[in-house]
This record gives sequence, C-alpha cells and structure tokens, in this order.
Amino acid sequence: MSPTNGRAAVAIVGAAETTRLGVIPDVAEIELHADAVRNALSDCGLSVRDIDGIACTANPVALAHYLGITPTYLDGTSVGGCSFMLHVRHAAAALRSGLCQAVLVTHGQSGRSRVGVGGRGGDPSSLQGQFEAPYGPTGPPTLFPIGVLRYMKEFGLTHEQLASVAVVQRQWAARNPRAMMRDPITVDDVLSSRMIAYPIHLLECCLVTDGGGALVLTSAPRARDLPQPPVYILGTGESSETPMVSQMEDFTSSRAFRVSGAKAFAEAGITPADVDHLMIYDAFAHLPIYGLEDLGFVGRGEAGAFIEAGNTAPGGRLPLNTNGGGLSYTHTGMYGMFAIQESVRQLRGTAPAQVDGVEVSVAHGVGGMFAAAGTLVLSNREP
Amino acid sequence: MSPNKAEPRPTPQTQPFWDGCAQGELRLQYCPSCAAYYFPPRAMCPRCWSTEVEWRRVSGRGVLHTYLINHRPAPGFEEDAPYAIAVVQLEEGPRMMSNIVGIENTPENLVLDMPLEVTFEPRGSVMLPLFRPAKGARQ
Ligand SMILES: [Zn+2]
Repeated sequence: MSPTNGRAAVAIVGAAETTRLGVIPDVAEIELHADAVRNALSDCGLSVRDIDGIACTANPVALAHYLGITPTYLDGTSVGGCSFMLHVRHAAAALRSGLCQAVLVTHGQSGRSRVGVGGRGGDPSSLQGQFEAPYGPTGPPTLFPIGVLRYMKEFGLTHEQLASVAVVQRQWAARNPRAMMRDPITVDDVLSSRMIAYPIHLLECCLVTDGGGALVLTSAPRARDLPQPPVYILGTGESSETPMVSQMEDFTSSRAFRVSGAKAFAEAGITPADVDHLMIYDAFAHLPIYGLEDLGFVGRGEAGAFIEAGNTAPGGRLPLNTNGGGLSYTHTGMYGMFAIQESVRQLRGTAPAQVDGVEVSVAHGVGGMFAAAGTLVLSNREP
Repeated sequence: MSPNKAEPRPTPQTQPFWDGCAQGELRLQYCPSCAAYYFPPRAMCPRCWSTEVEWRRVSGRGVLHTYLINHRPAPGFEEDAPYAIAVVQLEEGPRMMSNIVGIENTPENLVLDMPLEVTFEPRGSVMLPLFRPAKGARQ
C-alpha cells in the first residue's frame, strides 16, 4: 500500500442479510451476526481467514471470538442506527492506512424475540452469564488472575517474585508526588496484606480512584509550530482474544498482547532493544509479567526474575511503570489514558521520576481481562 | 440451594448443552471434519467454520488446569467462601470454568492437573456442571 494521502480506493465487496428476517425466536443475537457474516463471506468468496478487522455496535471482542477471528482492527462505535455508516467510514480509513486487510461490518439484533441479548454485564443468557457467572466471580479481582497459578506451575514463578512487582512500582511512586500510595513496601508487606483471590493479595491489586486525562493530536508539520516538543506516533497495534477469561488459549500468555505488540513494533520498525521506557497496564501484579514476555522484552518465564532483580526499578535498565502504575499511582477503572500520559511526560522530559535519555517509549494497554490489547510506540524524534 | 446464586439462561444455540446437564450428561459440540470438540456452543466450528457439527456426550473427566480462591463471595456464595473458581481441562480438549466440590478448597488440596469428574447440581431451572476429585484418584 503506497502513501497516497488517503486517496487509495476502498470498496465494499460482499453484502448479505441474515438467512431469515422477521420473527426468529430460535436464534440468539450473536448467532444472527454470525449468520449474516457467513452469508456475506459466501457472497464475496472470501474466507473468515481473510478477515482481520471487525466492526459492530455490540462488543467486537465477543463477536471476533465467536467467529474465530484474530483481529488487528476493532471498531465498537455505537451511536445508534447510523453506526454502520460510521463503521464503513472508519474501515475505509483503516484499510487505506494498512491497519488491516479486510474488515467485516456486522449487525445482528434480536429486537423482537430478545434471545441472548447481551451488551449489559451479567446478562444470564450471554455466554459469560451461562458459563462463568454461575461459578461465583465478583469482578475482575476474582477472575483476571485465574491463570497465575498455571503460570507459577509452568515457569516456577514464586509468590515473592509476584509481590516484587508491587514493591518495585511503589519505589517509582515514592518519587511521584501525585501518586496515591507512596510509602515504601516490602515483599513481606505484600504477602501479609489481605488475601483477595488466592494467590492475589490486596497490594497486588490496582487502586480504585477518580481522575481523567486527555490528548490532542495533529499533523507533524503543524506540531512543529506548537510550544510543546512533539511526541510522534511511530507505530500502533490492537487485537483481541476472548471476552471469557476461561477461554484463553494459553493461561500463561495473552494472544491479544502478542498480536498487538508485534503489529506496533513492526510498524515502528523497532525491536524491544530500542525501547528506553515502558508502560504496561497493571490492573494486577501479573500484568507486567505477561506484558514483558508477550511484547518480547524477555523470554518466556523470565519476567518474574527480571523484575525481582531490579531491572525495571529506578536505576534499572528497563524503566517500567514509572508513575507507580495502577498499583500505586492511580486507577480510575480505565487506566490506559494514564499510561499514555506518563509516556508523554517521559518523552518530554517532564516526568516526576524522569528517566535519562528517553527517546522511545512504549505504552501497552489491556482491555477487559486479557480480552483486548492496544500498543503505542511513541518517540520524541520525528520519524 | 441458595436462590441467589447467578443462574444461566440458555439460548437456542446452547440449549442442547443444558438439556444434557438435565440428564446428567456433559455434552459438547464436535466437528467431524476437524475431528475436534469445541466450547462454548455456537452454530459453526470455530476452526473450519463448518456448520455440519454434532452434539456428543463426553466423558465428564478432566484435570484442574488453573484456579484462584475467591475470598469475596458472590451473592448466594456466602456460606462457601473462600471457594475456588477453576478452569477444567476436559479430556476431549476444550476447557470450561467451574467450581470444585467434595473437597475443601485450599491451595494444599487443589493441586494443578489433579483428575476431576463432572457432577451436577440444581441451579434455578438448570442443572449446573461442577467438578469433584475423580473417584479412585490419589488425593
Ligand atoms: Zn471444524
């Protein structure tokens, strides 16, 4: 795909409706999507293997998992009945810029029969409502870390190494006046804090806070005339795996992390060795461990020892979560914005715990419980 | 049985699974062209997209793949806390979330890869599949 200033042609090549229309009381809403998708793919002669982008007003993670797609472009824009026009517009821009090669825009709605109507958390007819909720989870702390014991068995990660994630991030937070939790803690403090969901203790869970953030983006030529040093976007990635943490392909690794990270690094033309500063969304202490491995900073099973040895701590060779992270800085519920803000501060040289010589920063976020991922490669050098 | 625990509501695409549970059978969908089972239920095989798939009774045997122990009980689970939320690796390939019954849910008792077998208990209008240590297995 050549740079044509957004003029490259994009076409709708397949189009179809559900096999039946009207009253369909025997088909769940998600299956209405799937039926229309099968028909549209049949219409254009493409296979589901050709699809790497998905857009719908429902949760695109759930639909991609249902269809067996590993997306690198997700659009869940939901602004009412015109959403699909917006999906098409966004998809055209995504295809022109190479985020993906083929996008499905889908619709399925059991508006009359209300069969398997999802969208709200805890719907008892959703797949989560049928196959996870009955077993007694109470929010992310009691589901998200479900793979940690498997990781421990596979790779020998110790409880002390897991606790060291929280200890190291508190060291960064101690340097940050805006961090909510700044008092130094030890591994023993972490392991003697209240058990939330074995093997996860209170101090291995993120904070719950209020707050927000915003970003303004513009073109590189225009950015040069503005007062702040520009932070350039070198590469981006996104992906998803499954809305049900129990259906992860591998409980010791996130497929969405791997796909999103590889896409962003390839687009930026860099490797992990080129990264000076790193943010990995830490809803729980195991997230930086999975992130370091899935983005390729260390080998499989090495991240716990890597963190415990101080490599990500102040003075270490890979400064990680330098604001203190979700564990010690802040966590409003959707922390990703704060990870990006800290990357920008580090690249501008204005962070409270400033790292010397940061030219490339990576901000990596998780969506849901390993359901989705997004990765940004940022730099203060113009590409 | 606490009336407050979350109850699954089947859809037409998942009803055969719950019909099996009601008869004391664990059933999964099977794709003959892939020679593979899959879960959760859907109208086509997620590997090859064939809609020529069938429901089959499976063994109900599996192993404890991973778990955590929830200290913050969900509604209706107050008497059970702390209790394990587990992922069971079924002998036929797919994995499913479940609870472990018939054994105190402690880290010492719950050893990864220990053999399990399905059992069912009433939950609202369905029978819910749960797992217990397999009979005859070392504990
Ligand atoms: Zn198949």
